[in-house]
Amino acid sequence: MKFTMTVSPDFSPDHIAGWYIFNTWLQNQTNQAIHLELYNSFDKQREDIKADKIDLIYANPYDASMLIREKGFIAIASPHQKSDEAVICVNSESEYTCVEDLKPGCTIATADDPEVSTIGMIMLEPADLSKENVTVEELKNYVMVAKSLIGNKADAGFFLKEAFDDMSKFIKSQIKPIVTSQISVIRHTFLIGPDFVNNSGISEEDFRQLINSMHESEKGSSTLKSLGFEKWENQDHEEAEFMIDLMDTLVS
Amino acid sequence: MSKIKIKYYDGTSDKREVLDEEVPYPEGKLIVSRTDIFGNLTHCNQSFVDMSGFEEDELIGKSHYILRHPDMPRAAFKDLWGTIKAGNKWKGYVKNLRKDGKYYWVYAVVVPNIRKGKVVGYASVRRKPSRTKVNECIALYKTMLAEEQS
Repeated sequence: MKFTMTVSPDFSPDHIAGWYIFNTWLQNQTNQAIHLELYNSFDKQREDIKADKIDLIYANPYDASMLIREKGFIAIASPHQKSDEAVICVNSESEYTCVEDLKPGCTIATADDPEVSTIGMIMLEPADLSKENVTVEELKNYVMVAKSLIGNKADAGFFLKEAFDDMSKFIKSQIKPIVTSQISVIRHTFLIGPDFVNNSGISEEDFRQLINSMHESEKGSSTLKSLGFEKWENQDHEEAEFMIDLMDTLVS
Repeated sequence: MSKIKIKYYDGTSDKREVLDEEVPYPEGKLIVSRTDIFGNLTHCNQSFVDMSGFEEDELIGKSHYILRHPDMPRAAFKDLWGTIKAGNKWKGYVKNLRKDGKYYWVYAVVVPNIRKGKVVGYASVRRKPSRTKVNECIALYKTMLAEEQS
Protein backbone atom coordinates (compact mmCIF):
# COMPACT_ATOMS: atom_id res chain seq x y z
CA MET A 1 0.00 0.00 0.00
CA LYS A 2 1.25 3.47 -0.86
CA PHE A 3 0.74 6.31 1.61
CA THR A 4 0.71 10.06 1.02
CA MET A 5 2.43 12.58 3.26
CA THR A 6 2.01 16.34 3.05
CA VAL A 7 3.20 19.50 4.78
CA SER A 8 1.22 22.60 5.73
CA PRO A 9 1.69 25.08 2.83
CA ASP A 10 3.18 27.68 5.20
CA PHE A 11 6.53 25.84 5.34
CA SER A 12 9.59 27.91 4.56
CA PRO A 13 10.75 27.54 0.91
CA ASP A 14 14.24 26.99 2.36
CA HIS A 15 13.02 23.66 3.74
CA ILE A 16 11.45 22.11 0.62
CA ALA A 17 14.49 19.89 0.07
CA GLY A 18 14.42 19.01 3.77
CA TRP A 19 10.92 17.56 3.53
CA TYR A 20 11.99 15.34 0.60
CA ILE A 21 14.99 14.17 2.65
CA PHE A 22 12.68 13.50 5.61
CA ASN A 23 10.35 11.50 3.39
CA THR A 24 13.24 9.35 2.14
CA TRP A 25 14.42 8.80 5.72
CA LEU A 26 10.87 7.85 6.79
CA GLN A 27 10.46 5.38 3.93
CA ASN A 28 13.79 3.73 4.80
CA GLN A 29 12.91 3.50 8.49
CA THR A 30 9.37 2.19 8.04
CA ASN A 31 9.89 0.17 4.89
CA GLN A 32 6.72 1.75 3.50
CA ALA A 33 6.13 3.53 0.19
CA ILE A 34 5.29 7.15 1.03
CA HIS A 35 4.66 9.80 -1.59
CA LEU A 36 5.32 13.42 -0.59
CA GLU A 37 2.70 15.80 -1.97
CA LEU A 38 3.41 19.51 -1.45
CA TYR A 39 0.73 22.16 -1.97
CA ASN A 40 0.91 25.89 -2.68
CA SER A 41 -2.64 26.46 -1.50
CA PHE A 42 -4.33 25.75 1.83
CA ASP A 43 -7.67 25.26 0.06
CA LYS A 44 -6.39 22.59 -2.34
CA GLN A 45 -4.68 20.75 0.50
CA ARG A 46 -7.88 20.81 2.58
CA GLU A 47 -9.84 19.44 -0.37
CA ASP A 48 -7.51 16.43 -0.47
CA ILE A 49 -7.62 16.03 3.32
CA LYS A 50 -11.42 15.99 3.17
CA ALA A 51 -11.27 13.42 0.36
CA ASP A 52 -9.13 11.18 2.65
CA LYS A 53 -6.14 11.35 0.32
CA ILE A 54 -3.64 12.20 3.09
CA ASP A 55 -2.11 9.70 5.53
CA LEU A 56 0.69 11.63 7.22
CA ILE A 57 0.86 15.40 7.66
CA TYR A 58 2.93 18.11 9.26
CA ALA A 59 -0.10 20.26 10.04
CA ASN A 60 -0.64 23.80 11.19
CA PRO A 61 -2.78 24.11 14.35
CA TYR A 62 -5.93 24.99 12.36
CA ASP A 63 -5.82 21.85 10.26
CA ALA A 64 -4.66 19.76 13.24
CA SER A 65 -8.00 20.59 14.90
CA MET A 66 -9.98 19.26 11.97
CA LEU A 67 -7.70 16.26 11.39
CA ILE A 68 -7.80 15.10 15.02
CA ARG A 69 -11.44 15.80 15.84
CA GLU A 70 -13.08 15.01 12.51
CA LYS A 71 -10.70 12.62 10.76
CA GLY A 72 -9.34 10.57 13.64
CA PHE A 73 -5.68 11.52 13.11
CA ILE A 74 -3.21 10.98 15.96
CA ALA A 75 -0.73 13.63 17.12
CA ILE A 76 2.81 12.28 17.22
CA ALA A 77 5.24 15.16 17.73
CA SER A 78 5.99 18.86 17.36
CA PRO A 79 9.34 20.51 16.67
CA HIS A 80 11.26 20.98 19.92
CA GLN A 81 10.96 24.50 21.41
CA LYS A 82 9.41 25.92 18.28
CA SER A 83 6.05 27.64 18.39
CA ASP A 84 4.04 29.50 15.75
CA GLU A 85 4.29 33.23 16.23
CA ALA A 86 3.24 36.20 14.10
CA VAL A 87 4.81 39.59 13.50
CA ILE A 88 3.07 42.79 12.43
CA CYS A 89 5.37 44.99 10.34
CA VAL A 90 5.11 48.42 8.75
CA ASN A 91 7.31 50.35 6.31
CA SER A 92 10.56 51.23 8.12
CA GLU A 93 10.02 54.91 7.32
CA SER A 94 6.40 54.99 8.46
CA GLU A 95 5.34 56.93 11.55
CA TYR A 96 3.61 53.87 13.02
CA THR A 97 5.42 52.69 16.13
CA CYS A 98 2.72 50.56 17.78
CA VAL A 99 -0.54 48.87 16.88
CA GLU A 100 -2.58 51.69 18.40
CA ASP A 101 -1.15 54.07 15.74
CA LEU A 102 -3.08 52.16 13.05
CA LYS A 103 -6.55 53.57 12.44
CA PRO A 104 -9.82 52.21 11.00
CA GLY A 105 -9.71 52.22 7.20
CA CYS A 106 -6.07 51.14 7.04
CA THR A 107 -4.91 48.40 4.68
CA ILE A 108 -3.44 45.16 6.03
CA ALA A 109 -1.43 42.85 3.77
CA THR A 110 -1.51 39.13 4.58
CA ALA A 111 -0.36 35.91 2.96
CA ASP A 112 -2.77 33.01 2.47
CA ASP A 113 -2.16 31.68 5.98
CA PRO A 114 -5.22 31.44 8.24
CA GLU A 115 -3.25 30.92 11.42
CA VAL A 116 -1.08 34.02 10.98
CA SER A 117 -4.12 36.06 9.92
CA THR A 118 -5.93 35.02 13.11
CA ILE A 119 -3.02 35.88 15.40
CA GLY A 120 -2.41 39.12 13.47
CA MET A 121 -6.04 40.23 13.80
CA ILE A 122 -5.94 39.46 17.54
CA MET A 123 -2.94 41.73 17.90
CA LEU A 124 -4.90 44.51 16.14
CA GLU A 125 -7.82 44.31 18.61
CA PRO A 126 -6.30 46.74 21.13
CA ALA A 127 -6.47 49.37 18.36
CA ASP A 128 -10.20 48.64 17.84
CA LEU A 129 -9.40 47.17 14.45
CA SER A 130 -11.15 44.14 12.99
CA LYS A 131 -11.97 42.69 9.58
CA GLU A 132 -15.03 44.97 9.61
CA ASN A 133 -13.07 48.23 9.59
CA VAL A 134 -9.81 47.45 7.78
CA THR A 135 -9.10 46.47 4.18
CA VAL A 136 -7.39 43.10 4.03
CA GLU A 137 -5.21 42.51 0.98
CA GLU A 138 -4.50 38.78 0.68
CA LEU A 139 -1.28 38.08 -1.24
CA LYS A 140 0.43 34.90 -2.42
CA ASN A 141 3.41 34.88 -0.07
CA TYR A 142 5.31 36.84 2.58
CA VAL A 143 7.74 38.42 0.10
CA MET A 144 4.73 40.01 -1.60
CA VAL A 145 3.48 41.20 1.79
CA ALA A 146 6.86 42.85 2.37
CA LYS A 147 6.78 44.41 -1.09
CA SER A 148 3.33 45.79 -0.40
CA LEU A 149 4.70 47.55 2.70
CA ILE A 150 7.82 48.79 0.94
CA GLY A 151 5.67 50.19 -1.90
CA ASN A 152 3.36 51.86 0.66
CA LYS A 153 0.38 49.94 -0.72
CA ALA A 154 -0.43 48.52 2.72
CA ASP A 155 -0.15 50.22 6.12
CA ALA A 156 0.79 47.03 7.95
CA GLY A 157 1.50 43.40 7.10
CA PHE A 158 1.23 40.08 8.92
CA PHE A 159 4.14 37.63 8.81
CA LEU A 160 4.79 34.20 10.24
CA LYS A 161 7.75 34.97 12.52
CA GLU A 162 9.83 32.23 10.92
CA ALA A 163 9.15 33.70 7.47
CA PHE A 164 10.03 37.19 8.69
CA ASP A 165 13.28 35.93 10.23
CA ASP A 166 14.18 34.19 6.95
CA MET A 167 13.73 37.38 4.84
CA SER A 168 16.82 38.90 3.24
CA LYS A 169 18.67 41.70 5.01
CA PHE A 170 17.71 44.00 2.14
CA ILE A 171 13.98 43.42 2.66
CA LYS A 172 14.26 43.56 6.45
CA SER A 173 16.02 46.93 6.24
CA GLN A 174 12.92 48.39 4.60
CA ILE A 175 10.28 47.13 7.03
CA LYS A 176 10.04 47.24 10.82
CA PRO A 177 8.16 45.03 13.28
CA ILE A 178 5.80 46.86 15.64
CA VAL A 179 4.58 43.84 17.60
CA THR A 180 5.51 40.15 17.80
CA SER A 181 3.30 37.52 19.38
CA GLN A 182 4.65 35.44 22.27
CA ILE A 183 1.99 32.78 22.44
CA SER A 184 4.27 29.74 22.86
CA VAL A 185 1.51 27.14 23.05
CA ILE A 186 0.36 27.04 19.40
CA ARG A 187 2.51 24.73 17.31
CA HIS A 188 2.68 22.75 14.10
CA THR A 189 2.23 19.02 14.72
CA PHE A 190 3.14 15.84 12.87
CA LEU A 191 0.07 13.60 12.61
CA ILE A 192 -0.69 10.14 11.27
CA GLY A 193 -4.06 9.11 9.90
CA PRO A 194 -6.20 6.02 10.55
CA ASP A 195 -5.24 4.31 7.26
CA PHE A 196 -1.56 4.54 8.10
CA VAL A 197 -2.16 3.26 11.65
CA ASN A 198 -4.29 0.36 10.44
CA ASN A 199 -2.40 -0.67 7.30
CA SER A 200 1.28 0.17 7.71
CA GLY A 201 1.95 -2.66 10.14
CA ILE A 202 3.67 -0.17 12.47
CA SER A 203 2.06 0.46 15.82
CA GLU A 204 1.40 4.01 16.97
CA GLU A 205 3.88 3.51 19.82
CA ASP A 206 6.64 2.23 17.53
CA PHE A 207 6.08 5.12 15.12
CA ARG A 208 6.13 7.61 18.00
CA GLN A 209 9.38 6.12 19.26
CA LEU A 210 10.89 6.28 15.77
CA ILE A 211 10.07 9.97 15.29
CA ASN A 212 10.96 11.08 18.80
CA SER A 213 14.35 9.35 18.75
CA MET A 214 15.20 10.58 15.26
CA HIS A 215 17.80 13.06 16.53
CA GLU A 216 19.82 10.27 18.15
CA SER A 217 21.23 8.97 14.86
CA GLU A 218 23.61 10.94 12.65
CA LYS A 219 21.39 10.55 9.59
CA GLY A 220 18.25 11.48 11.51
CA SER A 221 19.93 14.48 13.09
CA SER A 222 21.15 15.86 9.75
CA THR A 223 17.67 15.31 8.26
CA LEU A 224 16.13 17.31 11.12
CA LYS A 225 18.61 20.14 10.53
CA SER A 226 17.44 20.34 6.93
CA LEU A 227 13.89 20.85 8.32
CA GLY A 228 15.12 23.70 10.50
CA PHE A 229 14.88 22.17 13.97
CA GLU A 230 16.96 20.00 16.28
CA LYS A 231 14.55 17.30 17.37
CA TRP A 232 10.93 16.31 17.70
CA GLU A 233 9.08 16.63 20.99
CA ASN A 234 6.40 14.08 21.83
CA GLN A 235 2.80 15.35 21.56
CA ASP A 236 0.33 13.11 23.31
CA HIS A 237 -3.37 13.12 22.60
CA GLU A 238 -4.28 15.34 25.54
CA GLU A 239 -1.61 17.93 24.66
CA ALA A 240 -2.99 18.07 21.14
CA GLU A 241 -6.57 18.34 22.40
CA PHE A 242 -5.59 21.19 24.72
CA MET A 243 -3.92 23.04 21.85
CA ILE A 244 -7.14 22.66 19.86
CA ASP A 245 -9.10 24.11 22.81
CA LEU A 246 -6.73 27.07 22.84
CA MET A 247 -7.14 27.56 19.09
CA ASP A 248 -10.89 27.60 19.71
CA THR A 249 -10.45 30.58 22.04
CA LEU A 250 -8.68 32.50 19.29
CA VAL A 251 -11.33 32.16 16.59
CA SER A 252 -14.50 34.21 16.82
CA MET B 1 -2.30 50.11 53.69
CA SER B 2 -5.96 49.14 54.06
CA LYS B 3 -7.34 45.82 52.95
CA ILE B 4 -10.73 45.15 51.44
CA LYS B 5 -12.87 42.13 52.26
CA ILE B 6 -13.78 40.25 49.06
CA LYS B 7 -16.64 37.75 49.22
CA TYR B 8 -16.57 34.80 46.84
CA TYR B 9 -19.48 32.85 45.38
CA ASP B 10 -18.78 29.78 47.56
CA GLY B 11 -19.36 31.74 50.77
CA THR B 12 -15.67 32.21 51.60
CA SER B 13 -13.98 35.59 51.76
CA ASP B 14 -10.52 37.09 51.86
CA LYS B 15 -8.99 40.39 52.87
CA ARG B 16 -6.92 41.77 50.01
CA GLU B 17 -4.99 44.91 49.34
CA VAL B 18 -6.55 46.90 46.47
CA LEU B 19 -4.60 49.70 44.80
CA ASP B 20 -5.78 52.10 42.12
CA GLU B 21 -2.83 51.31 39.89
CA GLU B 22 -3.06 49.56 36.54
CA VAL B 23 -0.37 47.26 35.16
CA PRO B 24 -0.33 47.43 31.35
CA TYR B 25 -1.04 44.22 29.47
CA PRO B 26 2.18 42.89 27.86
CA GLU B 27 2.29 43.30 24.07
CA GLY B 28 1.76 40.17 21.98
CA LYS B 29 1.32 37.81 24.91
CA LEU B 30 -1.50 35.46 25.79
CA ILE B 31 -2.29 34.53 29.37
CA VAL B 32 -3.32 30.88 29.46
CA SER B 33 -4.78 28.84 32.29
CA ARG B 34 -6.72 25.68 32.80
CA THR B 35 -9.02 24.70 35.63
CA ASP B 36 -10.86 21.59 36.76
CA ILE B 37 -14.64 21.57 36.56
CA PHE B 38 -14.84 23.40 39.91
CA GLY B 39 -12.68 26.32 38.73
CA ASN B 40 -9.50 25.29 40.55
CA LEU B 41 -6.33 26.08 38.63
CA THR B 42 -4.53 23.03 37.23
CA HIS B 43 -2.21 24.80 34.77
CA CYS B 44 -1.03 28.33 34.05
CA ASN B 45 1.60 29.69 31.71
CA GLN B 46 4.44 32.06 32.55
CA SER B 47 2.44 35.13 31.38
CA PHE B 48 -0.28 34.21 33.90
CA VAL B 49 2.29 33.95 36.68
CA ASP B 50 4.00 37.21 35.68
CA MET B 51 0.80 39.25 35.44
CA SER B 52 -0.83 37.85 38.58
CA GLY B 53 2.20 38.58 40.75
CA PHE B 54 1.81 35.20 42.47
CA GLU B 55 4.27 32.32 42.32
CA GLU B 56 3.09 29.30 40.34
CA ASP B 57 2.87 27.13 43.45
CA GLU B 58 0.65 29.76 45.08
CA LEU B 59 -1.76 29.43 42.15
CA ILE B 60 -2.03 25.73 41.27
CA GLY B 61 -4.90 24.12 43.16
CA LYS B 62 -6.40 27.49 44.10
CA SER B 63 -9.73 28.73 42.82
CA HIS B 64 -9.56 31.03 39.82
CA TYR B 65 -11.28 33.67 41.95
CA ILE B 66 -7.87 34.40 43.50
CA LEU B 67 -7.74 37.08 40.75
CA ARG B 68 -11.20 38.48 41.42
CA HIS B 69 -11.22 42.25 41.66
CA PRO B 70 -13.89 43.87 43.88
CA ASP B 71 -14.84 46.20 40.98
CA MET B 72 -16.13 43.22 39.00
CA PRO B 73 -19.89 42.61 39.32
CA ARG B 74 -21.03 39.14 40.37
CA ALA B 75 -23.36 39.01 37.38
CA ALA B 76 -20.38 38.86 35.00
CA PHE B 77 -19.08 35.67 36.63
CA LYS B 78 -22.57 34.22 36.92
CA ASP B 79 -22.92 34.70 33.17
CA LEU B 80 -19.49 33.14 32.60
CA TRP B 81 -20.25 30.00 34.62
CA GLY B 82 -23.75 29.65 33.17
CA THR B 83 -22.32 29.83 29.66
CA ILE B 84 -19.41 27.42 30.04
CA LYS B 85 -21.35 24.91 32.13
CA ALA B 86 -23.81 24.74 29.23
CA GLY B 87 -20.84 23.74 27.02
CA ASN B 88 -20.48 27.10 25.29
CA LYS B 89 -17.70 29.64 24.79
CA TRP B 90 -17.71 32.78 26.97
CA LYS B 91 -16.03 36.06 26.07
CA GLY B 92 -15.76 39.23 28.06
CA TYR B 93 -13.65 42.00 29.54
CA VAL B 94 -12.36 41.36 33.05
CA LYS B 95 -10.52 43.48 35.61
CA ASN B 96 -8.15 41.22 37.53
CA LEU B 97 -6.59 41.77 40.94
CA ARG B 98 -2.87 41.08 41.34
CA LYS B 99 -1.22 39.79 44.48
CA ASP B 100 0.31 43.24 45.09
CA GLY B 101 -3.12 44.92 44.92
CA LYS B 102 -2.63 46.45 41.47
CA TYR B 103 -4.94 45.50 38.60
CA TYR B 104 -4.89 44.63 34.91
CA TRP B 105 -7.62 44.43 32.29
CA VAL B 106 -7.94 41.51 29.89
CA TYR B 107 -10.19 40.31 27.11
CA ALA B 108 -10.93 36.75 28.23
CA VAL B 109 -12.24 33.78 26.28
CA VAL B 110 -13.18 30.64 28.21
CA VAL B 111 -14.00 27.28 26.62
CA PRO B 112 -15.00 23.95 28.14
CA ASN B 113 -12.49 21.11 27.60
CA ILE B 114 -14.75 18.39 26.23
CA ARG B 115 -13.32 14.85 26.09
CA LYS B 116 -15.43 11.94 24.89
CA GLY B 117 -18.53 14.11 25.21
CA LYS B 118 -17.84 15.09 28.82
CA VAL B 119 -16.63 18.44 30.23
CA VAL B 120 -13.40 17.67 32.10
CA GLY B 121 -12.28 21.24 32.78
CA TYR B 122 -12.05 24.72 31.30
CA ALA B 123 -9.37 26.60 29.37
CA SER B 124 -9.10 30.36 29.54
CA VAL B 125 -7.06 32.58 27.26
CA ARG B 126 -6.68 36.30 27.93
CA ARG B 127 -5.36 38.87 25.50
CA LYS B 128 -4.72 42.59 25.36
CA PRO B 129 -8.10 44.38 25.38
CA SER B 130 -9.28 47.39 23.40
CA ARG B 131 -9.06 50.49 25.60
CA THR B 132 -12.37 51.72 24.17
CA LYS B 133 -14.08 48.51 25.30
CA VAL B 134 -12.41 48.66 28.70
CA ASN B 135 -13.70 52.20 29.21
CA GLU B 136 -17.21 51.04 28.27
CA CYS B 137 -16.91 48.19 30.78
CA ILE B 138 -15.67 50.47 33.57
CA ALA B 139 -18.93 52.43 33.29
CA LEU B 140 -21.10 49.34 32.82
CA TYR B 141 -19.58 47.35 35.69
CA LYS B 142 -19.88 50.35 38.02
CA THR B 143 -23.63 50.50 37.31
CA MET B 144 -24.02 46.73 37.71
CA LEU B 145 -22.07 46.73 40.96
CA ALA B 146 -24.19 49.58 42.36
CA GLU B 147 -27.36 47.62 41.54
CA GLU B 148 -25.96 44.49 43.20
CA GLN B 149 -25.07 46.43 46.35
CA SER B 150 -28.35 48.37 46.61
